[in-house]
Amino acid sequence: MSLLDVRNVHKSYETGVEILRNVNLSIERKECLGLVGESGCGKSTLARIILQIESFDQGCILFEGTALQNKNERSLNPYRKNIQAVLQNPAAALNPKLKIKNSLMDPYQQFGSEITLKHFTYTSEANFIGQLLETVELPKSFAERYPHELSGGQKQRVTIARAISIEPALIILDEPASSLDVLSQAAVLKLLGGLRKTLDISYLFISHDLSAVQQMSQRILVMKEGEIVDSFEKELLFGEDRHPYTKELISLFE
Amino acid sequence: MELVIKKKTKRRWLFMVMATVLAVAAYAFLILKHDPALVNLGERLWPASLEHPLGTDHLGRDVLTRLLLGAQLTVGYGLLSLFAAVIIGVPFGVIAGFKGGLIDRIFMRIADAFLAFPDTIVAIVLSGLLGPGIENLLLAIVLVKWVNYARLVRSTVITERGKDYVTAAKINGLRSFAIMRKHLFPHLIGNVLVLASLDLGKIILLISSLSYIGLGAQPPAPEWGAMLNDARPYFQSHMMLMIYPGLAIVFVVLLSNILGDYLRDAFDVKKEVES
Repeated sequence: MSLLDVRNVHKSYETGVEILRNVNLSIERKECLGLVGESGCGKSTLARIILQIESFDQGCILFEGTALQNKNERSLNPYRKNIQAVLQNPAAALNPKLKIKNSLMDPYQQFGSEITLKHFTYTSEANFIGQLLETVELPKSFAERYPHELSGGQKQRVTIARAISIEPALIILDEPASSLDVLSQAAVLKLLGGLRKTLDISYLFISHDLSAVQQMSQRILVMKEGEIVDSFEKELLFGEDRHPYTKELISLFE
Repeated sequence: MELVIKKKTKRRWLFMVMATVLAVAAYAFLILKHDPALVNLGERLWPASLEHPLGTDHLGRDVLTRLLLGAQLTVGYGLLSLFAAVIIGVPFGVIAGFKGGLIDRIFMRIADAFLAFPDTIVAIVLSGLLGPGIENLLLAIVLVKWVNYARLVRSTVITERGKDYVTAAKINGLRSFAIMRKHLFPHLIGNVLVLASLDLGKIILLISSLSYIGLGAQPPAPEWGAMLNDARPYFQSHMMLMIYPGLAIVFVVLLSNILGDYLRDAFDVKKEVES
């Protein structure tokens, strides 16, 4: 049984513009699934739908074989404690008025009583935050800082620490490195790759950057104008039977 | 850079001095020896002396005593009505801004209705309808002022609610109330405090002017506007009786404006708007 199944999901705006057309994907446990496509192709909308921040018109989403019942916010709790996200812009994803430690505690304060941690141990708030910061290779003293005192890469590490704090089954990575400089990009991707193995998490890695997707994922999906046009194992990226659009992306990337 | 720091320090110094003077005035009742309401016609309209440093008024009451106790009344009433306006306005604004939709539309129409008339007119009409008296005046001020806070808070909430950190909080399972309390509230404090400190001056002016025309504090309360009114017939002969409360009002309104500027710097409100 797959961890997450997205079946025949459709989404269009009131104006009639179709954002997603018949999207199907499944993510296995401990797997990193890559999703690549150009800006505006619907990648982020799909991420927001999986995260249940946005609604969809048709189709269904199954988590561990159970279909999502989006009746109210409370009914989503069992789902939310298993799915976290790292968003594109780390500067916007942290509340500028809150200290890092307060931002980091959000998921645990919400779900701490319902989950059992395997990797981290919660004895006190300070100790827990220390472990989180250490895991993402930041000094413990950052707990007392405000977001504007951190660099872009450091902020993204904090949002990663927040995402792993409740040891979810799946993290949606929506362009996690694209707003960072080249060095921070490489470091953040390396950190994410390592965390997936130590914490046994699945990733849905969304990016327009084919090389980053290839580096991170085992399987790759290619999205164009709201449709998934190609799906293959990473090793088959340069295979003969690739979709013309995939070949176009490869040629751009070379 | 040096210039900026100098300007800031100077303002802080001025602010400290004025706040100290006001605090002394507020606690003056502990050391005052005259009864502010004691009529003594044998001592009416006395000039300044050691016994009465600012003289006495037309009923023989000590002017300094009344002026200092007036600080308590005028500023106290101002703060009270301001506090009530904030307490009512902020939750309204947060809910309207965060929920949007029908609630927001209804709220905006109510706010528009209040804003269509100048503050002073509404306050005069309301306290005229409800009858003169300080309680009714305060009620009128609260009814006029809460809209400003609701609108300010609403616009801040609308700006902030679309940002990624609110999305992240939703992903983390926080419900509306928790998001408002933990994530949006810190963004409101600075703006609300700055507006409130600037408003304090306006409210004090409003209380004093309505008391002056007889709609606010009633005699023998030593409210500054009422004192101005009491002294009006003696303006030709005893000008100082009007100048003292007038200066007191100017002083407090000025203090409130300086306080507003100071808080704006302290909370970096403008800088934040720019970024």
